[in-house]
Amino acid sequence: MSAARPPSTLTAARAVLYKELTLERRAPQTLTAMALFCASAFVIFHFALGRDELEGALASGVLWVTLTLAALLGIGRSFVADREEGGLDGFLLAPAPRTALLIAKATTLFIFLLIVGLLAALLFSVLLLGPTPSASQWASLALVIVLASLGIALVGSLIAGIAIQTRARDLITSILALPLLIPLLIAVTKASAPLLGLGAGTLAGRWLALLGLYDLIFGLLAYALFDYLVED
Amino acid sequence: MANIEPAVVCSQLVRLYGERRALDGIDLTLGQGRTLVVFGPNGAGKTTLLRVLATLLRPSDGEASLLGSDLRKEGWKVRSKIGFLGHQSLCYGDLTARENLSYHARLHGLAEPAKRIEALLDQTGLSGRGDERVFGYSRGMLQRLAICRAVLHEPQVLLLDEPRSNLDPAAIELVEPLIGAGGGRTRVIASHDPAGGLAEADLVLGLRDGAAVLLAPPAQVTADQIGELYR
Amino acid sequence: MPTTKSLYGRRLTGYAIATAIVLTASLTLAFFYAPIEVDQGFSQKIFYIHVPLAIVTLGGFVVGGIFAIQYLRSGDTRHDLRSYTAIHQGLVFCIGALITGCIWAKAAWGQWWVWDEPTLVSFLIVFLLYCTYQPLRFSIEDPQRQARYAAVFAVVAGVFVPVNFIAVRLASPLIHPRVLGSSGGSLPSDMRIAFYSALVGVALLFITLCKYEMASKHSRAQLGALRRSVSGERDEPLATRSAAPRIAVK
Repeated sequence: MSAARPPSTLTAARAVLYKELTLERRAPQTLTAMALFCASAFVIFHFALGRDELEGALASGVLWVTLTLAALLGIGRSFVADREEGGLDGFLLAPAPRTALLIAKATTLFIFLLIVGLLAALLFSVLLLGPTPSASQWASLALVIVLASLGIALVGSLIAGIAIQTRARDLITSILALPLLIPLLIAVTKASAPLLGLGAGTLAGRWLALLGLYDLIFGLLAYALFDYLVED
Repeated sequence: MANIEPAVVCSQLVRLYGERRALDGIDLTLGQGRTLVVFGPNGAGKTTLLRVLATLLRPSDGEASLLGSDLRKEGWKVRSKIGFLGHQSLCYGDLTARENLSYHARLHGLAEPAKRIEALLDQTGLSGRGDERVFGYSRGMLQRLAICRAVLHEPQVLLLDEPRSNLDPAAIELVEPLIGAGGGRTRVIASHDPAGGLAEADLVLGLRDGAAVLLAPPAQVTADQIGELYR
Repeated sequence: MPTTKSLYGRRLTGYAIATAIVLTASLTLAFFYAPIEVDQGFSQKIFYIHVPLAIVTLGGFVVGGIFAIQYLRSGDTRHDLRSYTAIHQGLVFCIGALITGCIWAKAAWGQWWVWDEPTLVSFLIVFLLYCTYQPLRFSIEDPQRQARYAAVFAVVAGVFVPVNFIAVRLASPLIHPRVLGSSGGSLPSDMRIAFYSALVGVALLFITLCKYEMASKHSRAQLGALRRSVSGERDEPLATRSAAPRIAVK
């Protein structure tokens, strides 16, 4: 017998995560596409709205619609490399817990969304945002981006797991993700609006609570259901 | 290894794809260290059988067990003892051969992955190009890498789907110690090569439309009977 | 071989008759027995259709989710068919609830759509989500995988519904006529009788339609099997793409 012991969930998740990040480093497609998408969207919004500066609810809406659509790009790419030469089978053949794949995929998406979210917020403040947020408002916005990225990453991994086995992958990803993300988007847009407004707006606790609830519920759902998506 | 328990047992094994019966009531028993060669035209169920045994597909009906573990319920128990070689390499094109192998080594929880990986790359003649990204590999190199991946964790049971496709005679020679008979390995091989297949088989299974139309030791099987399967 | 005796649709006639009676009676009660509401006048009568439709829609989605869980646990395709039917009919009822909601909004506020009406907005979002159920099923060919993924969707969507209601409600002021308040006692008793009988009637209609859909799917599968056995083809349906669950004819 060989000296192999089945890896723990965390060990396996780390192995998959390392693989995901190496792949993205080698061929940085997803992150660049998401970031470029955001930049282009801001330019389009400038012309479409006919405004040089936005603030409050409108600013929040523009920022989050852009980030949501950018997230769809990341979700759509999530399992593509695993399909090409049977990498998913490779994972399933190993004695590793299936949850490790979910954790790794969600973490990868979370990292991507976080990077793109923060970059896009900075770019947005330069290009379109009228008021200059204070340091505490920036911190609050960062917290909202973290919680939103977590929720999108969890729901996104679940949707990516569903969509990868369908024929119309891109279509299914979009039409599933957008309605599912509406409660999260209600919370993040409402939470961000005062932070991007003219006054000294602060973060409302109930939106954070709603975001936390959303992340928790869909995290548990993804955990409970992910096995059914990969096992055959 | 003084285990008398058979390595592979299937009884009335059925796998459905929708209403289509990709495997239709397969019965077979294969002892440890023996080689089963599966013949049959494309779509007869060879790949499905291998994927069911590899725990990638669940049986729809009937029983299948590997090394005494029921694949329907305890598939996870045997995964570390199975080496599966399919049509795809299961490797990522943007990773190097070493990275691909060490990824799978971590997923299998190997104790000393680096040593094992170097030995395998050496043996298959890939060590010189082990730090190149895999997408630049020829089909033959990719197949050698796929073989390294399949035997990385020194599995007791090898499930090989046309293992020598894309390999030139020299490469076949190279990989023989890894996937050939010997070492107490049990092998299930899907093959299209009647002469070669019969030569290495201890048991021959002929599939047609998912059903076993032939199950016999190679001595009782003629090349004509195998040719008949494809007609 | 297919048999002629169907297990489905046996009690269909009974359900259909009961539905007809209860629905007629409840509408009679709503229009002739229940009083005209003081604020909204006659247009409030749509409440007796709109609210039962909405409640039964949600009930259908919940039932669809529960059967989906049972399918995931057992792998029994009958649960998949039940889940599919409940969600399918739920979607039809959801359209009904949205349309009657629009009519009510027009009558009460003079606009076909009002955004500060959280329940209606929630229904629209839920409708948009469940609209993806059929396309999702259709895009997966392998029937077992289709059933499994549809079940995962049904569970996720079932949990989504309350989360969505909370989010939408938090985001908007409450101006909906709260006929069934948190205490449930704000409805006068004569209105309550009409309302509850309408609820029972619409629920019976839902059950009847579900039973009808399942019976129809079974009959069609049996007919196909009979036709194949008569014409001497292989006793196996042709592979077709479909969003509906496949039915194995024993």
